[in-house]
Amino acid sequence: MSRFGPSRSRFCALAGLVLLCQTGHAAPLSIAQLMASLAKQPQGTATFTEKKTISILDQPVESSGELLFIAPAHLEKRTLKPRPETMVLDGDTLTLERGRRKRVLQIRDYPEVGGMIESIRATLAGDRKALERVYHLALSGDLEDWTLILTPLDARVGAIIARIRIAGAGDAVRSIEILQPDGDRSLMTIEKLTPR
Amino acid sequence: MSPPRHSGATAMVLWLVSLLACIGIISRTHFTTDLSAFLPRSPTPEQQLLMDQIRDGLASRLILVGIEGADAPTRARLSREIAQRLRADHAFLNVNNGEPVNAERDRMFLFNNRYLLSPAVVPARFSVEGLHAALSESIDLLASPAGLLVKSMLPRDPTGEMVQLLDQFDHGTHPKQVEGVWASRDGSRALMLLQTRAAGSDTDAQQGAMAAIRQAFDHAPGATPSAKLVMTGPGVFSVTSRDSIKHQVTRLSLISLALIATLLWFVYRSFSALVLGLLPVMSGVLAGIAAVSLGFGTVHGITLGFGTALIGEAVDYSIYLFVQSEQNSADRQDWIKRFWPTIRLGVLTSIFGFASLLLSGFPGLAQLGLYAMAGLIAAATVTRFVLPSLLPANFRIHDVSAIGLALSRAVQGAAVLRWPAAIVLLAACAIVVDHRASLWNANIASLSPVSQADVELDTRLRADMGAPDVRYLVVVSGANQESVLRASEHVSARLQTLVEQGELAGFESPSRYLPSVATQHARQHSLPARAVLETRLAQAVEGLPVDARRFVPFLDDVDAARNRPLLQAADLKQTSMAMAVDALLIQQQRQWRALLPLTAPEGGSIDAAQIRAALSTMPDVWFVDMKAESDRLYSGYLHEAIVLSLGGLVAIIALLWAVFRSPLRVLRIIAPLAAAVITVTAGLSLFGQQLIILHLVGLLLVIAVGSNYALFFDRPDPRVPIPPRTLVSMLFANLTTVAGFGLLALSNVSILQAMGVTVAPGVILALVYSTIFARRADA
Repeated sequence: MSRFGPSRSRFCALAGLVLLCQTGHAAPLSIAQLMASLAKQPQGTATFTEKKTISILDQPVESSGELLFIAPAHLEKRTLKPRPETMVLDGDTLTLERGRRKRVLQIRDYPEVGGMIESIRATLAGDRKALERVYHLALSGDLEDWTLILTPLDARVGAIIARIRIAGAGDAVRSIEILQPDGDRSLMTIEKLTPR
Repeated sequence: MSPPRHSGATAMVLWLVSLLACIGIISRTHFTTDLSAFLPRSPTPEQQLLMDQIRDGLASRLILVGIEGADAPTRARLSREIAQRLRADHAFLNVNNGEPVNAERDRMFLFNNRYLLSPAVVPARFSVEGLHAALSESIDLLASPAGLLVKSMLPRDPTGEMVQLLDQFDHGTHPKQVEGVWASRDGSRALMLLQTRAAGSDTDAQQGAMAAIRQAFDHAPGATPSAKLVMTGPGVFSVTSRDSIKHQVTRLSLISLALIATLLWFVYRSFSALVLGLLPVMSGVLAGIAAVSLGFGTVHGITLGFGTALIGEAVDYSIYLFVQSEQNSADRQDWIKRFWPTIRLGVLTSIFGFASLLLSGFPGLAQLGLYAMAGLIAAATVTRFVLPSLLPANFRIHDVSAIGLALSRAVQGAAVLRWPAAIVLLAACAIVVDHRASLWNANIASLSPVSQADVELDTRLRADMGAPDVRYLVVVSGANQESVLRASEHVSARLQTLVEQGELAGFESPSRYLPSVATQHARQHSLPARAVLETRLAQAVEGLPVDARRFVPFLDDVDAARNRPLLQAADLKQTSMAMAVDALLIQQQRQWRALLPLTAPEGGSIDAAQIRAALSTMPDVWFVDMKAESDRLYSGYLHEAIVLSLGGLVAIIALLWAVFRSPLRVLRIIAPLAAAVITVTAGLSLFGQQLIILHLVGLLLVIAVGSNYALFFDRPDPRVPIPPRTLVSMLFANLTTVAGFGLLALSNVSILQAMGVTVAPGVILALVYSTIFARRADA
């Protein structure tokens, strides 16, 4: 069942329905409810397009590829364009592979990068605790169209991430936008789901 | 005073003076237990390298520490507290537990010196095309997940030299992290990797380092009884094996002394006889240690262990004197006339056997040879010249004639066993021939005094840590630092090709951290002048989504790099790279040497022939497989020891021939000894023990001890029966030897155990075969 697409499993649909029934159609969504809904899926695959707007570059740079998430701690981002590149986060270990080169990092050693990746992984996993270790959370919208805004608590992370805006519908994450303090932005659109 | 009395007094004075001298020498003696006893006296260059590495190479200085028990946060806290304390300790060059203590400094060093360190810095890199390509690459990288790491560096480092350096230095072999510190793969143990200042062979310093670690653990604020500290590493092995050899030698000496004293008490039933009987033994032990100390400068623990066992043989001489002589002093003069020549021949036989070991290139073996010779000569001489004059006039021992008569009858009947014995011997020959291929263990690890449990702990910690095993090395030598660094760069270029072909996973080189002056110059000269670079950069950005004006910091940095002084070894201080350079770049007297450790591809192995071929055209460069080298070294010793032992055997035969002038008599003396040796060898094979060098020493001892029995059984006229007292003396001499060596068989130090399991059954067999095959009146 896809983590990235709209709800597909009967169970999740049912769960969503129950939530809707309980809270009323336009009632605001609580973080706990969103996390519970996100936490229900063990894994998912999707494709993404990422557009980075960087001040030193005159045009945004674009990349695209596939995402794979396996709960609770495995996240893979396989970039196909402009160059094949793989990023695998498994537990605390981040493996970057580019051409023949492979680097293995501990995300603890790189809290900035770690914070960014953790925001995606913990959101997909519905892991509120992990998110709240690094960010202040603010949720708006309803289950069909929600926006979660993450603001870093730690100054070191704050030096590189101003805020992260995650938008989605139901248990599907649709886009992740990262805004940096220097005004640079990246917008990852999770476009197409590929049901397993 | 009668002349014999007078000579007795002279002997006594000489003896006392010698004893004092021996004690004086021993009190200044240095005792070791490290691998030095197994290192050759005149090494080849490869062996010299092996020795240097074992003695004070990078790997020899590593101590791996594990913290077990308690819970993960406690282990992590302990790891931090221990590390913090040890980082302030001068005994440690480096204390690593996964905390990024040097990370910032390392990054600064690399970034500030990137134009001198990056191998990508060549003139073409700073041409218009080169800049364009490098910039495109950097922009692509911005789009990648790693982009975040490089974005801030882009204005200063648009060609991505820092990324080049990080790629080169990061080998991706870090241990797992739990709670911010290194941990085993299953997370159950916190890990630390320490490098001592002292060489691995400096056992005292290693012991001090271990104590400091233990103390830091015990006194850590977070200490809890549920946490446990484990340590391993070459230095730790030296310390623990020294402790265990020391402990075992002391314990075994005491037990064997007690056993032998009990046996002697049973025979003598006289306290003074007991004490006097041990005098030759003590003299022998002291003389042996003193001789080795004088001859070698140090005494190895194994030699002492061997000495323990030799007590069992040296005591034989006094047994022969006490038991064989009648009960008054005139009879002792008679003993000297009747039996001394036989014993003297026995001693000479032993000495001829052991003398061959003196020629061994293996200092451990030569020490044993010298010890045995000096010890046996001293014990026999004291028995012959000192002991008779020390015995009180009314000296008597317990009457053993009843045992003697029983033995006489048994010996008479022993001939019945000739056929069964011959069959056993034949079977033994068959077993030895059948097992000939696997008879010897050619693995040097078989000599290691380290226990199996310790080896397993070491293997586990190393696997968790991904610690270097430094098995494969490329070695570059030269007259100065610059020449070895330049040669290292050439070697690196070829090794890099092999890495790209997948033949190697990677390699290390000191030139990576400290390039040669020539290379640094060349890199500096690759950097264009500011105005030139500015123009080229403006052209290079065409078609790229960047504005050249953003790269003013780059122009500044390149300009500065063009004029800065070149890197010196001292510039690396306080970075993690300093440790690598210290370990890999070595100055020895007037010679410099660079070591380039190779890493085999994962799951694969290194093809030595291919590496050698790749490096064949380079002078002063050679490839060493440390494991193969050490195994070759050991099998060389083993081969040499076998040849020398055979030489010893020939010398013994020559000696017997010179004395008896009768091939038949020589054969009769040698045959039971050879039979005993073959049977023991077959027995060991049958029990799955592969022979190591110390088994061979044991076999020599069987011949040395057994020759006494064979000589007593040998008599020109077979109708003269062997006196019952002689039989008793042989039985007890045999029992004491078995007691002395039998205990070694219980040792868990493999080299001591090997001697024990060979000598104890061997001497029993030598006595039995001598009895069974002794000449008969009816023969």
